[in-house]
Amino acid sequence: MSDRKSEPAPEQKGGSAVNLETRRMRGLSQRLRQPLFPRPEPSVAPKSSASPQTHLVEEPLSGTPAGVPAAKPDGSVSGAAASAETQQIAGKPQVSYEGLLSAGVQLQGRYKILGVIGIGGMGAVYKAQDLRFPGVLRLCAVKEMINTALDSQVRQMIVRNFEREASILATLGHPAIPQVYDYFTEGSRCYLVEEFVTGKDLEARLAEAEGFFSEGMVADWAVQLCEVLSYLHNHKPRPIIFRDLKPSNIMLDDHDRIRLVDFGIAKLFQSGEKGTMIGTEGYSPPEQYRGIAEPRGDIYALGATLHHLLSKQDPRLEPPFSFHERPIHKTNPTVSRELIGVIDKALEYDINKRWGSAEEFRRALAASLSIKIGSGSLGDKTATFDTGVVKPLWKFACEDEIRGSVTVADGMVFVPSYDHNVYALAEDNGKFLWKYPTEGGIACKPWVSEGMVIFGSIDKVIYSVDVRTGHLLWTAPTQGRIFSSPFGELGHIFIGSDDRQIYAIHQMSGRRAWTYAADGEIRSRPLVAESLILFACQMGMVYALSLNREQRWRFRARRGFLASPVMHNGLVFIGSLDNHFYALDVRSGWAAWKYRSGGSIVSTAVIWKNMVFFGSSDGFVYALDADDGRVVWRYQTDNQITAAANVAEGNLYIGGVDGNLYCFDALTGAVRWHYQTDGPITGAPQIADGIVYIGSADHYVYAIPM
Amino acid sequence: MADIKAWLRNRFGKSARRAQEESAAASLFKKPETAPIEGAEAERALAERGRRAWEASGVFSVGWCTDVGRVRNHNEDALFILSSEQEANNAAPPFGLFMLADGMGGHQSGEVASALALRAAAGWLLSHVYFPLVDGTDRGADQPSLTDMVREAISHANRVVTRDYPGSGSTLTCGMILGDRLFVGHVGDSRAYLLRVGQPARQLTKDHSLVNRLIEMGQLTEEEAAVHPQRNVLYRAIGQGATLEVDVFTYALEPGDRLLLCSDGLWGAVDEAEIWRLIQEAPTPQQACVQLVAAANAAGGNDNISVVLVETWRGQSQGV
Repeated sequence: MSDRKSEPAPEQKGGSAVNLETRRMRGLSQRLRQPLFPRPEPSVAPKSSASPQTHLVEEPLSGTPAGVPAAKPDGSVSGAAASAETQQIAGKPQVSYEGLLSAGVQLQGRYKILGVIGIGGMGAVYKAQDLRFPGVLRLCAVKEMINTALDSQVRQMIVRNFEREASILATLGHPAIPQVYDYFTEGSRCYLVEEFVTGKDLEARLAEAEGFFSEGMVADWAVQLCEVLSYLHNHKPRPIIFRDLKPSNIMLDDHDRIRLVDFGIAKLFQSGEKGTMIGTEGYSPPEQYRGIAEPRGDIYALGATLHHLLSKQDPRLEPPFSFHERPIHKTNPTVSRELIGVIDKALEYDINKRWGSAEEFRRALAASLSIKIGSGSLGDKTATFDTGVVKPLWKFACEDEIRGSVTVADGMVFVPSYDHNVYALAEDNGKFLWKYPTEGGIACKPWVSEGMVIFGSIDKVIYSVDVRTGHLLWTAPTQGRIFSSPFGELGHIFIGSDDRQIYAIHQMSGRRAWTYAADGEIRSRPLVAESLILFACQMGMVYALSLNREQRWRFRARRGFLASPVMHNGLVFIGSLDNHFYALDVRSGWAAWKYRSGGSIVSTAVIWKNMVFFGSSDGFVYALDADDGRVVWRYQTDNQITAAANVAEGNLYIGGVDGNLYCFDALTGAVRWHYQTDGPITGAPQIADGIVYIGSADHYVYAIPM
Repeated sequence: MADIKAWLRNRFGKSARRAQEESAAASLFKKPETAPIEGAEAERALAERGRRAWEASGVFSVGWCTDVGRVRNHNEDALFILSSEQEANNAAPPFGLFMLADGMGGHQSGEVASALALRAAAGWLLSHVYFPLVDGTDRGADQPSLTDMVREAISHANRVVTRDYPGSGSTLTCGMILGDRLFVGHVGDSRAYLLRVGQPARQLTKDHSLVNRLIEMGQLTEEEAAVHPQRNVLYRAIGQGATLEVDVFTYALEPGDRLLLCSDGLWGAVDEAEIWRLIQEAPTPQQACVQLVAAANAAGGNDNISVVLVETWRGQSQGV
């Protein structure tokens, strides 16, 4: 063990297991993958050790990998194209290397080569005809393995092992295992003759499938696979470990029955190469990398395969052993909790926590199938909480819809209504205090500070009224209807109008300091932060002005903005009607990241613990990582989400067009409760003193305990 | 909105905010056109100009060093360093691009792969981010986001290397700074660290190595990993096929932050505490880099050693 640098892959310690290495040879039928890539150690610099240790031939290789004949695939053939049909001859030979058998060649005077099925690191796989049955076309698959060992003793050992393992394979009899007919050695080449299986492998099926496989279908395949694994693991005198279970090694024959193909023994021919990986990257159990091979490793690989089939996330493109970090229901919420639980147990890192045997696994799968009937799934959200417990403390009826957001300040709730009024209600009991009538509907969120309530109306006027009495203090006219919410900072009120201007109004006097003309109507709230005035317009532009109105940058989206900008950690967050949610660098205006939702975004974001929350008209509430826009969680409601959210004490509150006010666990997206109102909710909830205040299009404002 | 107010309060504090309000309120009424400036206002304006000039000088202080080590006979590591500053009206924010690649593939192809990966990624970012930045091209949804740009640049490098030198490979770790925002793109087992004053150093990148995954899962100890026969097996690298998942992150930088990029020739040889000590004690980033390489060589120099150290806004936190 002193010279680890030139050490080959760890020896398999699976003492009692038959050393049946499986290795796929149909290289062309594999989709592109991420081979584990051994990096050369400083003390070992021969060309061969530095080559990628993969038996796949997908791209033309400039060098010759160790032990691989100089394979040069025809550049016109891609792996993906060839994967659609496995064990079927493509129209013409797709690869050629020195010594590749051409059509017509006979082996042992018995097997007539018809064509090449695929080519791998150790040799090719051919479609052949068995001439022993002259009256019929009896097809078989002939696997060729080229013995490249230089040392004659090693060569002989490889041949002996090949013959031993081939003879074991030949004794297997299970409907899901293709029959081995024959094996022989010719010169430096060993051949294995197998039943020719027509059909498609699951990798090809995965690549073709538009949506997800049905849960029932996958579970049915899983049960069949458990049966064949059980057969192998109970083999006498010693269990057989398949060791390379993965979608590309599982065929569905013409009768939709599972066939476990590629009991390859080509691995024997790779021994001694530095850095050679065992099994398949992505599906292999962790203990295999400590040299342990046992039946429960196959159970893990089956779990990994099922995870891939259901989630459609290719584990070869993900960090190794990361299944638990990528729960199936995140990409495919229709899969039942029961089945996910069964698969998760197969995927335990700790071998002792997995299913004890393939038979046990099979029974659990079967049980999950029967439970599934008539029970809820993870996607069935209404079963998870009881809505009866949420009761409003009070509610207050306006004369028309509440489309804007309420503001709570100074013990009062200020409610903008489409009935032209702003109402002031007592925070603790909802008692009416005063209302201020304008000439148009009010759809903004009032700004309250310095004893003033400030808001704009569709009658084109900005109003400031006394917080206590509701008496008018000043008005400021604009030339357009006002949907924009005011924002106060630096002694001024900033507000947009449908006249495409943004107004800076001196808060105390109502005097206009300046206006700035934008490209489109400004319907969302401006924001003053980092010595910039940020706002967005209906023409799809976000503006950053310095405090003296100089434009610092502009950002153009593909469609307009109804959401308001918010800022966190140097990023400006805003969603657009072009379906994207943008994180713009506040200094440069470049999108640091963006996220595409399934619908237009009207909802203004809220930030909490480096997560950004918003809704989309695709019906989802999203929680994204503020640093990079990755989805932390998302939740589908029954209708669009256009309202902004709010966070308090680890809970996320957001209203939906479905009329519900939702309360989520902000970290996980689990629904704590929801409260159904009788109209769409388009305004943001306001939280104060343990109470959530929300207005609805049903005319009511509700005070609901958190 | 309450959140924003709270944020402003936290950020500026009460009195600082008041002061800012006063000056900001004054500038609210200032015309965009440049008018003759006199008296106190002139002083303030000059101070402002001075501050900006100061801010613009030496935004990045960069050191780098690469060495073949003591065992290998050629250096497969490659580095790219660019920092750019402007001072002009409405100038583009400072821009920095720092990259490190550690090639593999034996004979000549390791260094060819790392060099090619670097050139391809750097060229992509310069033409898609830097030149538009200098040109003042309008930002918009038609451009990919900056994280997507970084991801795309590395994917582009991957395609180029896979196409031109199949069978070779490279790590690639990229730090792109735009203003006070850092974007990190990464594949492989080179590393990026962020050193922030008064905080423990933070490894920003995750090694895409099999043994690192096994450590994360508790299947291997650090000690076992250090001698594991497959310790050099990466599960993600440039040049390994048409698709590549790239890790991309962004961070808001703070004044005085230091970004360290290094190949495994450094982190595999010198322990982290020693790395931080050498960086803290060196008078300049360049001297720090030279000493880090010397330390790795003193520890055996088993591999190529490469280091880039970027220091941002040194001393600015003290104000002007």
